[in-house]
Parts: sequence; C-alpha cells; structure tokens
Amino acid sequence: MDLEAILQAGKAAAAEATSANELEDVRVEFMGKKGRLTEQLKSLGKLSAEERPKAGQLINQAKQELQEILNTRRDELKAAEMNARLNAERIDVTLAGRMGEFGGIHPVTRTIQRIEDYFGQLGFSVKEGPEVEDGFHNFDALNIPAQHPARADHDTFYFTPDTMLRTQTSGVQIRTMEHEKPPLRIISPGRVYRNDYDQTHTPMFHQVEGLMVDEHVSFTELKGILHDFLHHFFEEDLEIRFRPSYFPFTEPSAEVDVRRKDGNWLEVLGCGMVHPNVLRSVGIDPEQYTGFAFGMGVERLTMIRYGVNDLRAFFENDLRFLKQFS
Amino acid sequence: MKISEQWLREWVNPQLSTEELAEQLSMAGLEVDGIEPVAGIFNGVVVGEVKECGQHPNADKLQVTKVDIGEGELLDIVCGAPNCRQGIKVAVATVGAVLPGDFKIKKSKLRGEPSHGMLCSASELELTEDHDGILELPANAPIGEDFRAWMGLNDNALEIDLTPNRADCLGVRGLAREVGVLNRLDVTPCEIKDVAVTIKDERAIHLDAPAACPRYLGRVIRNVDVTAASPLWLQERLRRSGVRSIDPVVDITNYVLLEQGHPMHAFDLAAIAGDVHVRMANPEEKITLLDGQEITLTDDVLVIADEQKALAMAGIFGSKDSGVTENSKDIFLESAFFSPDAIMGRARRYGLHTDASHRYERGVDPELQREAMERASALVLEICGGEAGPIVEAVSVQHLPKAADVKLRASRLESILGIEVAANTVEAILQRLGFAVEKIAEGWQVKVPTYRFDIAIEEDLIEEIARVYGYNNIPVKAPVAPLRMQRQAEAQLPVRALQQVMLAAGYQEAITYSFVDPKQQAQLYPDSAALTLPHPISIEMSSMRLGLWPGLLQAAGYNQKRQQQNVRLFETGLRFVPDSEAENDIRQQPMMAGVILGTVQGEHWQDGVKAVDFYDVKGHVETLLRATGRYHEYRFVASEHSALHPGQSAAIYRGDNLIGYCGALHPQFEKLFGIKGRAFLFELDLRAIQERRVPEAGVISRYPSIRRDIAILVDRNLPAGEILEVIRRVSENQLVELNLFDVYTGDNLPTTEKSLAIALTLQAADRTLEDQEVSTLISKVVTALQEEFNAVLRDS
Repeated sequence: MDLEAILQAGKAAAAEATSANELEDVRVEFMGKKGRLTEQLKSLGKLSAEERPKAGQLINQAKQELQEILNTRRDELKAAEMNARLNAERIDVTLAGRMGEFGGIHPVTRTIQRIEDYFGQLGFSVKEGPEVEDGFHNFDALNIPAQHPARADHDTFYFTPDTMLRTQTSGVQIRTMEHEKPPLRIISPGRVYRNDYDQTHTPMFHQVEGLMVDEHVSFTELKGILHDFLHHFFEEDLEIRFRPSYFPFTEPSAEVDVRRKDGNWLEVLGCGMVHPNVLRSVGIDPEQYTGFAFGMGVERLTMIRYGVNDLRAFFENDLRFLKQFS
Repeated sequence: MKISEQWLREWVNPQLSTEELAEQLSMAGLEVDGIEPVAGIFNGVVVGEVKECGQHPNADKLQVTKVDIGEGELLDIVCGAPNCRQGIKVAVATVGAVLPGDFKIKKSKLRGEPSHGMLCSASELELTEDHDGILELPANAPIGEDFRAWMGLNDNALEIDLTPNRADCLGVRGLAREVGVLNRLDVTPCEIKDVAVTIKDERAIHLDAPAACPRYLGRVIRNVDVTAASPLWLQERLRRSGVRSIDPVVDITNYVLLEQGHPMHAFDLAAIAGDVHVRMANPEEKITLLDGQEITLTDDVLVIADEQKALAMAGIFGSKDSGVTENSKDIFLESAFFSPDAIMGRARRYGLHTDASHRYERGVDPELQREAMERASALVLEICGGEAGPIVEAVSVQHLPKAADVKLRASRLESILGIEVAANTVEAILQRLGFAVEKIAEGWQVKVPTYRFDIAIEEDLIEEIARVYGYNNIPVKAPVAPLRMQRQAEAQLPVRALQQVMLAAGYQEAITYSFVDPKQQAQLYPDSAALTLPHPISIEMSSMRLGLWPGLLQAAGYNQKRQQQNVRLFETGLRFVPDSEAENDIRQQPMMAGVILGTVQGEHWQDGVKAVDFYDVKGHVETLLRATGRYHEYRFVASEHSALHPGQSAAIYRGDNLIGYCGALHPQFEKLFGIKGRAFLFELDLRAIQERRVPEAGVISRYPSIRRDIAILVDRNLPAGEILEVIRRVSENQLVELNLFDVYTGDNLPTTEKSLAIALTLQAADRTLEDQEVSTLISKVVTALQEEFNAVLRDS
C-alpha cells in the first residue's frame, strides 16, 4: 500500500473515532510500534541510499500530519465529552438550597447594640449588673431616700423591704463608681422592672443608662452628646428639645423630646448633671469632678425607629414579629 | 393636678393662648399633660325660671312647664326630670340651640304637648357625667343671660404633672407665682383678711411630737349651717379641678387646698373631747377612717387626737366619728405644718392617697398656715354663717424648717452649665423667683423663701437659673476628653459572637419575662426553690426563673399555636438561683439557652422532611463550644435532668465543672406548654463559653497523614464518647483526627451489642510514619479497648 493511501486511511479512522479510546486505537494502529506508518519506516531498508532520505522524509511528514490530526481530534473529543458531561449535570439553580435560614436578634437587642456601638465610639464601655438589687444601689446611693415620693413613682417589685427587682440600671453606675475612679465613661444596658401592666407598660422593659464623670463635664456637653446620639440613632436631622424635669440623682435634670413627623413631641430620654450626693455616696469629690447621666427606654426608641405599635409584642416572641427584624 | 385656666388667669394673665401657656409651663418643668375644655360645645342655652310645672296629661313620667327666659312670653317645655319643679332656675336650651354631639333643639310635640326647648342636665352640657335630673341654678341667676357666658364655661382644665420637687406649685397661688416669673408679670393674689373674732371659744393644742408637727393652728367656729349647698361658683371651681362637691365645709377646705396649695381639715367640735394633741399613734391604735375602713396604726404615724382617741391620721385622712356632717353645728378648723418626713410613705402603707397627703409628703410652705386659716374661716363665715373664735397657734420654732441660705459661686455655675451666664441675668432670674440675692466675692449669697423648700444646695439654684434661662438657649457642645482606648480582652468571647452562631443555625432571639409561672417552673425544676415576688402582676408571673427553659417553652408553645411549626428560639439572660453564698442571697447567673421544634430544614424538595432530634441541638451546642477555640475542653455525659427525657439528655462539662445541659424535653411536659411533637433544649452557663483561646501557632507537619479504620463490637449501652476518650489517651500526639463514622446494630449482631466504625488519622510532625509504627499504635488502641470495654475487633 502506498504511503498516501495509509495516511488517508489514518485520517478517516481518526475522524470516525468517537471516543478517546477509539482514537487511541487509531493511534496504535497507525503510529504504534507495529503501526502501519511505523512499518513503512521499516521498509526503508529496502530502498537505495539515494532514495532513502527522500522516502524517510515523506514517511515522517505523513506521521507528523497524522499526529496533528489525532491531536486535533483528541481535543475535539475531550471538549465534546466535557460538554456532554456538563449537559448531563445541568440542574435548576432556582430550587431552594440547604439550610438557608438565618435567624435574627431581637429588635430590643438590635437597638441596644446600636446604642452600644455609638457610645463605644466615644470610649464608653458597657457595664452590666444584677437585676435583683438592694435598696442602697437602687435607691439610697441615687439620692432617693426611703419613703421619698420618687420611690412610690417607681412601682417597685419588692422581695423584702431591702431587696427588689431593679427599677433602673442606675445601680450599675453606682457599682462601677464603687470600684473605678474618674475619668469614667460607661453605659449600662439591661432589663428593668416596674409593677405596671397595660397598653403602654410592661412589667419588664429595657433601659440604657450612660454616665460620664470627669473634670469639667458640663450640661452643654450633655446636650452635645445626646443631640449627636439622637441624630445618629434615627439617621435623621430631627428637632430635639430639652425640658426641665426632676430626678433625685441629677441636678439640673431634663427630659428630652424629639419631634415626630406628625409634629408632636415625644419624650425619648431623661438626663441631667449627676447630683453631688450621688458622687459623694461613692467617694468621688464633687468639687473636683462633675458628671452627666442619661437614661433611655429601649422599647420606646425601637418602636419609633421601626414603627412598632404595640409594646407588648416585644415579649410575646411571636416568630412572625421577630422575623421582621432578621 | 388639674386646675382651671380661668382661675389661674385671675391671679396672673399673660398674653398667651392656652396652648402657648401650656407649652411655656412644660418648658419650665411643669409638664402640662392635657388641656380639657370644662364644658361641651353648645350654644343657645340661657338661664330660665320654671314658672309653672304640672303633670303631663298623657305621660306619667313627664311634666309640662312654662319657663321664663326673659322674653316676656313663657316657653312651653316638656321635661322628664324628677327634680323639675316650680320656682327653680334652670339652664334652658332654646329652639335653635345646638348641644354637644351636634344635637339641635327644635320645636316639637311630646305626647301631644308642645315643647319649645329643653331643660338641660349637667351631662347634656358635658359638665359632668351625672345623670340625676336637670341642673338647678342658684336663685340669683339672672333670667335670660347666656348660660355659657354667665357660668364662664369658655375655660379649660389644665392637667399638670408636677415633679415631686415642685410641690410649691400644687395650688393656684404657687402656679401663678411661677407663671409670673416666666412672663415677668406681677401676680394679683386673692386678698386675705383676718375674720372678725366674735366668740372666745378655743381648744388648747399640744404639740406632743414637735419634730413631726412644729406648727398647728386651730380655730373654733360655732353655729355653722352645713346643710346649705355650696355656692355654684365654688362647686364649679372644684368641678374643674376634678373634685366632687360634698358639703360646704369640706368644699371650703378643698377649695383652700386648690387655691393656696395648703391642706386644711375640719372636725366636728362636738367629737373632740378636751384638748387637741398632735402625737404619734400608740402601738396598735385603731382608727376608723371617713370612708368607713378601720385600720391599725403603728407608732410612726402622726395623729391628731383629743384626750381619749385619735381623730385623724395627720395630713392624710380624718376619722369617721370626728368628721363634719350635716348635723354638725360647731366645727374645729385645722391648719398645720407637718414635716414631710412624718407623712411620707404612711398613706401608701395603708393604701391611701389623698390630696392632703400628696402635698404634705412633698412639703408645704411652713409659713402659710395662718393665711390658709383666715382664708378658710372667711369662706366658712360667708357660706355657712357662724361665729369664729380666736386662732390658737401652737408652734415649736426650733423644729420649723428654716429658710435656706445658699451660696452660689459664679465659677460653679459656669462649670456645671458649661456657659457663662451674665451676672445681671443671674440676679434678675433669682430675684424674679423671689430669692433675696446678695453679691459676694465668689458670686452670690441667696436667701430662699420658705415656699421654695425644694432649694437646698448650690446645684438647685443652678437648675433654677438654667430652667428660667431656658434649657434650649444653652448651646450644644461635643464633650472633650483625652483619647483613651478601652481594654478589650481577646480571650473574652463577646456575647455577640455567640449570638451569631445561633443566628447561623437559624435561631431567632427571644426575650422572655424573668418571672414565670410557678406551676410550670416547679414541674421542670421540682428540686429547686425559686425566689417569689410577693406582689406580682399575676400569679403566672410571680416566680423568678431558675433557668431560661420555662420562658422559651412557653414561647415555643405560643408560636406552635400560631401555625409556626418550625421553632428555633434562643435567649441570653440571667437566671435567679437562691444561694446564701451570693450577694443578696441570690445567684444571678447569665445563661444562654435555646429550644428547637419541627424539622431540620422545613420540607426540602430533595431531602424531604427530617424532624429535628437530639443531634441537631447537640450540634448547635458543639458549634457554640467550638467558637471558643477550646472545644476539646468540653464533654457531654449522659445524665438525667428533671426537665429532660432521661434517655436523651446530656450534661455538659468543662473540665469538672457542670456548665449546662442539652436534651429532649421530657414528654410529660409537652402538654404543659402546649407543645406538639418533640422539643429539644439546651442551656449553658454563658460565662463558661466566653473564655476564648488566644491562638498560639504551631508547626504544620510536612509529612503525610495515614488513615486507619477499625470496627469494634461493644456493649450496646456503652457511650461512644468513652471509647473515643480512651483512643485519644492511648494514641497520644500522633492522632490528628478521630471520627466515629458508623454505628451499626442489627441482624447479624447480638441484640446486646453494637458495632462502631472509627477512623483514626495519624501523623507525625517530624517524619513520615512507617507502616510498622502505625500498626503498633493501632494494636495498642485495640488492646486498650479490649481491656477497658471488652471490645472485640471486627474483621475489616
């Protein structure tokens, strides 16, 4: 058989191969040790020295040509195989994945964390304390003597005359000042309790109280920090006003209102300059140090921020309610 | 406190609208909570007189009247009120009048009789809610006058929520003073003249507890007529302050209380045996109060007594037997100063709260008693007649509060407020407040009038200046402090990080009440006593939680009832465990707990539905523990818990410390919480999972690891954890991974046994392990398992 015929047969066989294996068979048949083209090389011996180089070159050319064709065909077959596999593995990517659910923190926690973050930026550290509190930390040290009408306003849950569920987280400030000396910047978030349950009161709710004690802390700075906070918290340049009020542990005292979209003012927090008796009760000299304190109701802020209408929803733990905050 | 705006404006009348006045008061710290009109909206109502009144011919309960409204012709009006009678003055809604609720009066016929108007009741004009008949006006009411104008009904009741320190404003007098200060206006007080003393009768007064009562004034007034009704103006003033008219004497004492801010009391003179004593109650002394309840007093309650018995709880409530009644002829008027300390808390202790106790426990002006007495005396004589005796005043000057004399330093004022207030502004404000100001080197020496008993220290004066200056005129400034970083211990795992683990596992955070149903709690924790609230909101909210499970299970049941089949809730918060070692005898321990119900991932299109089980909740706990980087320090031990299924509960230890539990809710409690299906719970001591490992990097072995699997037969009840622990111990530091990948029980095994397949991955740090070494180690492991557990190696 002549070389050309073999080459053509090889090309045809390569084109007919439908898999890598078949193609390999073709390669062996033509280019293997006993392959048909290889055999041609063996026949060179029969040729004369003059003819030999020419014939050898032709055979090598044929081998090279077939090899290229085989290579091309192999790539084609690989691509086809890959395509076939990819096609076979095609899926519907719009079907649900596994374990896609992600939970959510409670809206009250969400608000507390935002408050912590804002004040954390200004170097306020977070302090926590006990919820069953004694009279000293909940009242006495805060300049609320026994029998004081302000105590009656608290609707306290008493266990004994001297132990109670804390009515405010201010006790944490006292506990902190008992152990740490100024300069102090703390906030204390947590549960507080009042014996009151109706449309607008739950017997448990959350407060965040803040305290800054340092030399030269002033009312203008109290106003500054709370303006700053409220603007950031609501992410809105809302109108804010300070209204004189009374808390036994601050003097001067103020309540802070923000103006809602409907034009009405809504009270959001209470604050004031720390009463010198409070500083004295924890051994801080009020002549050397001054301080401000503020307290805010977390549920109230959360309701305004997210448009929650019913306070009681916070403690029903209805998943349909909670998942809105995921 | 509720007060008539009109009344206030008689004393001081700023050029402000009602709303502006309310806003001004609020911004001065006297918060106006509400503004209510004192009458409904109506017109066309005039004063009339019933000239004739006869039975309606066709209706038993109706009367036909002829009413004079000053227009010459009498009006025919049919009236159904039982008190309608000839000769009384009435409020007549004439034809064309519009009454509250847009009720138009038209000519009509009632059962055949013409009716050209209507005689009005107080409720029809929205004056009160009383429905007992038509209004009866005083005899001198001018016929034909517009009723609204004549009564001054274009008035508002201001509801003012006063803070406890501003008791000086608990009356028109004090409030007017404040409004005068705010508007720089003079106040016109009502004139108080001493009444003529026409008799000599008096009662001696003994201050037996002078610290509690340093001043007491008494006066006898004889021959008063208590049966007369209070005049309409007086009733109206009381009504607009929300006070009911009782009888003229009580009404007068209430009136003086509202006007002067000073409580008064009147006794029936006949009920007082001998001298009057102001003394502390005797132990177990009993008194029957005006409202009929008998209470037993303690010796820290101040009483007004005669020589035999207590007549009143001083400053709080009078006794039934000493009160003025319609039969009283002679009265004894009291005007006293009681120390707030002697009154505070007493009323509340007995469940009482009166207008008098409200003022006395906050304080009244210690110099106001005589004026109040003269004011009340004058009103009694005017309204009830009678003859007044002299005022007897008992006083212990040394016990009377002194007017405060407070130094105000300019430097302090500036350091507290953060701004410099001009000296003349300071002085002007203080003087307007009625304080006597003297300039001194450091600032000012300020004498405070006795009615501002809330002012005691420098800061009080600073607040007054800031308040009148206007809080909103004080600038806003960012605080200045040295920049200091806060300590953040890397070894402390923040709660937020643990919360994120829960969220990733699909949990929603819950916040449940710290007090739970004692019945539910006692069932879950039968061996533990809980702290109980003596006065809870309800019995279901009375027991301080011993763990977070009662609240979470309750919430889980609540959600299941609302068609939420898959529940994953977690909570962090304190549990309250009685403990005599702890502060206040209660251990308040932060916990993290969770509950899951339903399926692993809902109804998945490919994986179908798989109910959650123990290993889901355990997996979530394991992830939490892994977040600490100290997972190997924790272990799970089969252990029973009263709330959990005894065969599906594990105690979780860190070292030797029990730090929590996880398991299936004991099936007997499913109904208790309204739970359908299995609930799985965990609870961990939060502090025990917050100690994070600070990483210390080691060398990563460059040599290959080798995995060897073994299968062993062991007793079916043997916890796998114990086997793994032995393997870890025996194989020491060449074991880099250990995984139990199959548990088999069944057909070709004895029922008492199970087969466990375990993969050990071994690696050395410094060389490639030889086959021989590996085989030696594996046989060491197998030998140990044989010795410890009678384990049998299965052919693999």
